Amino acid sequence: MTSLIIDNLHKSYGDLKALDGVSFAVSNGEIFGFVGGNGAGKTTTMRIILGVLAANSGDVLWNDHPISLEDRRRIGYMPSERGLYPAMTVRDQLVYFARLKGVSAKAAAQAAVRWTERLNLAHRLDDKLQALSLGNQQRAQLAAALIADPEILVLDEPFSGLDPIAVDVMSEVLREAAASGVPVIFSSHQLALVETLCDRVGIIEQGKMVAVGSVEALATPEHPRFEVYGAPPEAWMGSLPDAHILEQAPSTTPGSTSIRTVLEIPGGDGQAVLAAALGAGPVTSFRPSRPTLTDLYRHVVSDKEATE
Amino acid sequence: MSTPATKPAVSSPAAPAGWRSIFLVAEREVMTRLRQRVFLISTAVLVSAVVLGILAAHFLGGETHVMQLATTDSSFAQELEATTHAMGIESNVTVVADRSAGEAQLSSGDIEALIIPGSDGNLTAVVESTLDSTLQPALHGLAQQLALSDQVTSLGGDPTTVAAAVASANVTVDALNPPVERDIGQMVVGMLIGILLFVSINICGQMVAGGVVEEKTSRVVELLLSTVKPSQLMSGKVLGIGAIGLLQVILVGGAAAITATATGVLSGMGLNLGISLLWGLIWFIIGFATFATVLAALGALVSRQEEVGSATMPAIMLMIVPYIIGINVLPNDPTSPLATTLSYVPGMAPFLMPIREALGVASLPEQLLALAISIATIPVLVWFAGRIYGNAVLRTGARIKLADALKTT
Repeated sequence: MTSLIIDNLHKSYGDLKALDGVSFAVSNGEIFGFVGGNGAGKTTTMRIILGVLAANSGDVLWNDHPISLEDRRRIGYMPSERGLYPAMTVRDQLVYFARLKGVSAKAAAQAAVRWTERLNLAHRLDDKLQALSLGNQQRAQLAAALIADPEILVLDEPFSGLDPIAVDVMSEVLREAAASGVPVIFSSHQLALVETLCDRVGIIEQGKMVAVGSVEALATPEHPRFEVYGAPPEAWMGSLPDAHILEQAPSTTPGSTSIRTVLEIPGGDGQAVLAAALGAGPVTSFRPSRPTLTDLYRHVVSDKEATE
Repeated sequence: MSTPATKPAVSSPAAPAGWRSIFLVAEREVMTRLRQRVFLISTAVLVSAVVLGILAAHFLGGETHVMQLATTDSSFAQELEATTHAMGIESNVTVVADRSAGEAQLSSGDIEALIIPGSDGNLTAVVESTLDSTLQPALHGLAQQLALSDQVTSLGGDPTTVAAAVASANVTVDALNPPVERDIGQMVVGMLIGILLFVSINICGQMVAGGVVEEKTSRVVELLLSTVKPSQLMSGKVLGIGAIGLLQVILVGGAAAITATATGVLSGMGLNLGISLLWGLIWFIIGFATFATVLAALGALVSRQEEVGSATMPAIMLMIVPYIIGINVLPNDPTSPLATTLSYVPGMAPFLMPIREALGVASLPEQLLALAISIATIPVLVWFAGRIYGNAVLRTGARIKLADALKTT
């Protein structure tokens, strides 16, 4: 089932270890979020997948064989360093890239129209790239990645520099791609977005994968957590000696005087928490809570730094 | 998106993807360059330069100068004309009534000299300011002949018999090293071919280097190299621009051949324009193939257009040196040992051998030898250039040292 396997990649630039045994796998139809600080190794890994860069050791496997140039032509790629031909029209370059990937001239011309329509760029098809706004250049770049109906999508920071509408379009396109069976890998610093979009995430830090898995699995806390909107926790936490406050802040809802409290409790007796809170005043919201990807990221990265 | 219905659009993987990629890259270069102002302007300038040059040679140099002379003595007029003709001066002698009438024609510019035979056998040449240097010895000889005739007559001899005997006296020249026959047509064609080759190879070579840097600057190279190999990208670029250059050379050479044939400017000259242009074409291909991959590699070392000039300087110097020798030394000294030796050196041969061919001093075996040496060098250059290009083209930022680019990454 697993279609793309990144197996123990090592890459050094002189004394600098850019990748130190990076391994993960992405299944067909899965959206994999690649998360990590600047210089952690995301772009280097993606470049090695695309064969633009050679690893010192390690393999990239596609359907259980080492990925070939022919396979790589089936990858839709959005490099971190954006770039198309500035003096070429959007149509000409989309057709060019599609044909380089093996699509016939006629099908390429149709795909250029189809994808620019999908990405709201059709009205700029015959404009030179350099005449486009940065946002539209970004759409053209995405169109270039999608133009040849790729079997794998590798997108380096596809959301950076996009307006909210374009973010929605991009998210939709990634979901559709995955739904059609394409494995999708993308990197992003927008962790909330990664959390909502991705089936699985990989966190890379200093060239090493520090966490790989579904957000749910990674973020399942040691003790159950609950989020309560109600009276200040000091007023009712006394009856819950094992509970531990994680967050506490006034509600952001206008006109509300309630306090938002996130707590964790060993044993996880939610009903006891709710009862205690109700005893201190009205509760406007109560739900189980789990850490966000942002929490998780901060946690694993700070753990990693602490052990160094 | 990737629905099965769209899959048949993709060509079968069995197709020779490498050649297809090279072809597509080359095709893009051709289509882009054809629409570029640089190409259109440089082609227009070169075509009009050769056409105008040939037309100018036709109208200015096409007729020989006829010297307009006058004399006051009608019996002397024929003698004057015969003597100047014998000295190789085209002349037209008119008879004027007297010296003042001749002087009037002189000042109006109708004649260049008024020749008055004196009673003592001396000649007087009346001129505006100076006597034409070719006319001087002719008149001198004529005066001597007149004096001789007078003496022969006074001694009772027959001046015509003496004149005939004098005229038949001759010097036979036996040269051990006769100079090679060459004419102005060969020199002009040789220089034109030399200039055309230099300009075309230079322009196309710079296009290659500039194109490589353009792809680095715009970062599009990373997207390209995720689909094609560096060697395919470089080959496609070189072939595409080479095709454009060839088109330019054919247009310019064709315009030259048509103009020359139409005006007949080269008729009667010891030169086969068609053969010379064909050799020019062959040497363009060889010269471009020699320099293009090298310039692609040198271009790949830098990331900004401003740096292209300094990065490609060593290769450009290798074009300029033979070019200077070719158009400065060879027309004056076609057998120059320096130019002859250098005309076999790869990289220099494309600029020197076609000029030697046009001048008629290079035999066919000599040209084929130079061609073979150059062709043998090209794969070596392509190998080195491909290695440098592949290692350097994805490294943006500061200029990369040549030695670093040659190392395996």
